Amino acid sequence: MLIERKWKKWVYFYLPMAVFIVFTLFPFYWMAVTAFRPDPELYATWRQPNAAPLWTLHPTLEHVKGLLQTTAFPTWLWNTMLIAIVSTIISLICGMFAGYALARLRFRGSEFLGTAIFITYLVPQTLLFIPLADIIRDMQLGNTPWALMLTYPTILIPFCTWLLMGYFKTIPKELEECARIDGATRFGAMVRIIFPVAIPGILSAGIFAFTLSWNEFIYALVFMASADQKTVPVGVVSELIRGDIFFWGQLMAGALLGSVPVALVYSFFVEYYVTGLTGSVKG
Amino acid sequence: MADVSIRALNKKYDNGFHAVKDVNLEIRDKEFLVLVGPSGCGKTTTLRMVAGLEEITSGEIRIGDEVVNDLPPMDRNIAMVFQNYALYPHKTVFDNMAFGLQMRGYARADIEKRVREAAEILGIEVLLARKPRQLSGGQRQRVAVGRAIVRHPEVFLFDEPLSNLDAKLRVQMRVELKRLHERLETTAIYVTHDQVEAMTLGDRVVVMKDGRVQQIGEPLELYGRPANRFVAGFIGSPAMNFVDVAISGDALWAETQGLRIRVPPAFSGKVQSGQRLTLGVRPEALRLVNGTEAGSDGHTFATAVDVIEPLGNEILLNFRAGGVPMVARVDPGVRVKAHESIHLALDPQRLHFFDAKTEAAI
Repeated sequence: MLIERKWKKWVYFYLPMAVFIVFTLFPFYWMAVTAFRPDPELYATWRQPNAAPLWTLHPTLEHVKGLLQTTAFPTWLWNTMLIAIVSTIISLICGMFAGYALARLRFRGSEFLGTAIFITYLVPQTLLFIPLADIIRDMQLGNTPWALMLTYPTILIPFCTWLLMGYFKTIPKELEECARIDGATRFGAMVRIIFPVAIPGILSAGIFAFTLSWNEFIYALVFMASADQKTVPVGVVSELIRGDIFFWGQLMAGALLGSVPVALVYSFFVEYYVTGLTGSVKG
Repeated sequence: MADVSIRALNKKYDNGFHAVKDVNLEIRDKEFLVLVGPSGCGKTTTLRMVAGLEEITSGEIRIGDEVVNDLPPMDRNIAMVFQNYALYPHKTVFDNMAFGLQMRGYARADIEKRVREAAEILGIEVLLARKPRQLSGGQRQRVAVGRAIVRHPEVFLFDEPLSNLDAKLRVQMRVELKRLHERLETTAIYVTHDQVEAMTLGDRVVVMKDGRVQQIGEPLELYGRPANRFVAGFIGSPAMNFVDVAISGDALWAETQGLRIRVPPAFSGKVQSGQRLTLGVRPEALRLVNGTEAGSDGHTFATAVDVIEPLGNEILLNFRAGGVPMVARVDPGVRVKAHESIHLALDPQRLHFFDAKTEAAI
């Protein structure tokens, strides 16, 4: 009986879990191994004697060094960080107020507005960048960080608004009503009670927005021209693929270093992040 | 300290639902008034309008001498306890209780003093540093009450504050609330759907149904002289027994299948032969009699016990009479078995008649 349950747990839980984990993590592993592999090993055929296709026998930092010294990677990292933080802050502030209004205030057309905001989120960026490019040029923002800081919120605000609207709806109305009886104005109750209670939701929205802008590619590719204005995803791809030559080692080193800040942000807030997505506030 | 006066109050929602219809209430200073009724009867909406959380469609609400129709909740000098307590989850118990005082700009020392005082009254001093999620249901309830009393408001509003507690704790808190009200001497309006709570807590009780006030009165008045069939059935547990009867004969008999009761003299001027009425009998107005006593005075009838519910302090006998199921409440010493034939006598002093159409008491 007990033994049967044990193997069942293995078959139905541990085994699928293991397959899933390997499937998800293998690309990261491959990226890391490639970043630390010397070129001769990287371009050797697998049939060669002493070949170790799944790991490296001579780990090296030459790709990381090359990346930092021969390309503008540190500048890209700084650009990406700045743009991601500013656009996240803009989107969060707008999303908090818009989400609150859509969740709580009953006004004419509020449902329509909510749906309309969601639809803008569904418009693919590959279409939207064409008219946006026009606007950026008219406003002479091309090739400045502002081009991205102001265009990323077009995707992020609808996203944050919807996520936060859902979260605000799970907060009991009575909290706010009680605050208003206690002497707070509607705005005061929102800022002093609802926002602090919604911190898990706000953090999740923030992390998501940050990751989305960190990884964004199309707008960054279109609106940024000079090498010193590029973001990590665009810089790595445009500077380290020359014609048909892929600098795999440096590419992967760039990808590895580029994902470190995101991984850090996630690991700091992972607890909040999960409660933010699953909702539930108890009074 | 203030009286509250509600005049011709109406609430109509945008979707056309008329939740509160022409409600008039005069709540005296220091009175504990309970609004009771089934869900959807408009009691909570009425309370929320007094609190200022719901807009008034028409009518007038006064607190003290001031018309508060257009005042925001913060300016009404009221405090409210919500059903789900609505404690601020990110604040400690102390800060929860202090919030209202902080918003009103009290000095720090004064806040400290008032919160400690309220906490002492409610026996929650040791909880002040905790967060709401670390408290049990009963403790949260106390904190919610504490948050209401620190401000010394003119009126307390309670919106079903006990309904999330388990049965035992509810009885205990009920007594505490009553004690607290006696100590604080503040006007209180209390909403509940539980008639026992209403009867035990209220100086006066307002029974509502479908947005209308059915009856206002002291608990025993509602119980003894219900204004209509709804109030009669709502107040009291087990509920009053109702049976539709026809009045006939010169001597006035109330008749239905298998049941023939003489109309007590008190009603003789008010009912006529041929009228169709509903007879109401409280379970305790029925008493077991033996066969030889039965039949002579026109207030006894024979039936068979259906189900017996021995509750310890009393026994409930379920039976059928006049084609409808009924309940009698009898002494615990009585020995009867299920399906046994019995004779029951009605107490003629405690019969109620209701108009079959309007349901008003006669």
